[in-house]
Amino acid sequence: MMRTVALLFYLLMPVLTVLGENRFPQPQFESGYSMPAISVPAPRVASWELLDVLVLGGALSLAAWLILKKRSRRGVFLLTVFSLLYFGFWRKGCVCSIGGIQNVAAWLSGNEAVLPLSVAAFFILPLVFALFFGRVFCAAVCPLGAIQEMMILFPKRLPRPVSLALGMVPVVYLGLAVLLAATGSAFIICRHDPFVPIFRLGGELSVLLAGVFLLLVGIVVARPFCRFLCPYGVLLNWASRLSKWHATITPDECVKCRLCERACPFDAIRVPVASLVSESRGIGVRRMKWLLLLLVFLTGIGLWTGSRLEGVLAPINSKVKLDQVLRSNHPAVEKKYALELEAFRSGGRNPQVLRAEAEAVRRQFRVGGACLGGFLGFVFGMSMVGVSIRRSRDAYEPDRGECLSCARCFRSCPKEQKRLKP
Amino acid sequence: MSELKVTGVVQSRREFLRNFLRGVLLVGLAGMGARVMLGRRCQSAGDFDRQKLCKGCPDVAFCPSAVLSVGRKVWQLDPSKCTQCGRCATHCVLQSSAVKCVHRPAQCGYCRLCFGFFQPGATTLNSAAENQICPTGAIRRKFIEEPYYEYTIDESLCIGCGRCVKGCSAFGNGSLVLQVRHDRCVNCNECSIARDCPSDAFRQIPATTPYRLKAGTESSAS
Repeated sequence: MMRTVALLFYLLMPVLTVLGENRFPQPQFESGYSMPAISVPAPRVASWELLDVLVLGGALSLAAWLILKKRSRRGVFLLTVFSLLYFGFWRKGCVCSIGGIQNVAAWLSGNEAVLPLSVAAFFILPLVFALFFGRVFCAAVCPLGAIQEMMILFPKRLPRPVSLALGMVPVVYLGLAVLLAATGSAFIICRHDPFVPIFRLGGELSVLLAGVFLLLVGIVVARPFCRFLCPYGVLLNWASRLSKWHATITPDECVKCRLCERACPFDAIRVPVASLVSESRGIGVRRMKWLLLLLVFLTGIGLWTGSRLEGVLAPINSKVKLDQVLRSNHPAVEKKYALELEAFRSGGRNPQVLRAEAEAVRRQFRVGGACLGGFLGFVFGMSMVGVSIRRSRDAYEPDRGECLSCARCFRSCPKEQKRLKP
Repeated sequence: MSELKVTGVVQSRREFLRNFLRGVLLVGLAGMGARVMLGRRCQSAGDFDRQKLCKGCPDVAFCPSAVLSVGRKVWQLDPSKCTQCGRCATHCVLQSSAVKCVHRPAQCGYCRLCFGFFQPGATTLNSAAENQICPTGAIRRKFIEEPYYEYTIDESLCIGCGRCVKGCSAFGNGSLVLQVRHDRCVNCNECSIARDCPSDAFRQIPATTPYRLKAGTESSAS
């Protein structure tokens, strides 16, 4: 009898899963049995999220005070440890400002109706602080920066061209993340966040290994994720260039003693450049003309290439992928996506409707891809213009964009020593 | 002297541009914050009422008791879409998945031959390990009265594979469903199970009504 039932089970399973409600009547108990209640544990209460936002605001304010007013590296370091413990190991690195970019992109594009208030606060607050005080978020609040901060043991300098070229990677990452989030396809920043598996002590092995690899690289190349990968760092870099009160190396006037030259592990200290430029004005103007032409050319190339990326990028979207699989009629492909196909067929969805939805997503990718390409071309061009402009500088200064405001260089300045021990 | 003047002009021009751009960006960010604040919707006023939180504010933007909880969402799966593919057990970022099987006694038939409990090829109807469909033996079976048996789930053992759910919905009342358990779920920004769910059953739903357990209402809730 059992065997017949088993056979029936296997035969009817796909059909019956769709149905399946109340085949058997409710039993009438005579022994006075009462049904147990279903336990429904509640999610983390909202006040914890309010606490997160308050801690974020407090940590940012404290960091700004420690860096700009107190000029204390020790204080900044202690705050870094606190942030690593609170935002990293206690809150498990979620939600973070870096991932918040995607929520904001999805919300602005209309793909997500609601932007949770805490996510909005995590996205907005560090940017506002950067507009006033520089990248104080990177200095002591971000848990991803904090974990790498602990690893800076033997920092070596990278050649300037190498760090400039690697510095373009975060821009590409940012652009891709925004495009994929705005089309409702994927949250790649969250998926490839290398340190969250360490905070959670679990997760995808490949991502965990990437995190460990970055930490090891971080022993010699200081904070590699922050400088050469972090998409939120790009936004903070831009905001910090406009900062009203950015940290300075010396508390007084620079005497150009060169003592701070090697103090920065992030290579963000700019040396003085003579104010008298040796070339004539005509050469400078001609070079600028060529650079602006190059800027327009790169943007155009980007627009053209980006609009052609749809074939590569669109299948990341599950709807486009499923439509492709349905149309492929290839046994190997169908085997690989057997679960998806089974779910699609048992759900009784219409392939024509899916086709239309997938086509709408593809259209978004064509337009979005062109925007992405144009944006990248423009940023590359602008960075080339930036390197080629000779600007006079008569003191040792931190690069406002690249400086993480870590306060390491303060101590190397003799004037700071004098300030501390008058 | 003239040189000094020129640098002075350049500096102030740069300073002016910087101030202007900063102002624009600050206004933009403030506008965004205001839109987030004003765009929130109170999804379940009734639920707030039950918790004696709702004071009947005229505008949700200034709700004092739920500044952050309005518009707050958590991940949950829709049992009516779920095809019990088994990925919930393997794709969660947690070591032991946050998705567990939940038993709804009100829907249960208390059957002696339960397809959520017994392996299809089971030879005898006792709770020997080889007869059970659950790979970890997380379902407990207790005799109540002839012919009824009570089934309960030991969540510490359940891995969320959904095999019992598949059996129960195929032949039984469908009283077993998979649900994200919010005491375990860390509410990732992008749920890694949702990303790979073949039947697109995961949604972010209001944190005030975080489960989908009522029979028949699951699909209407989406």
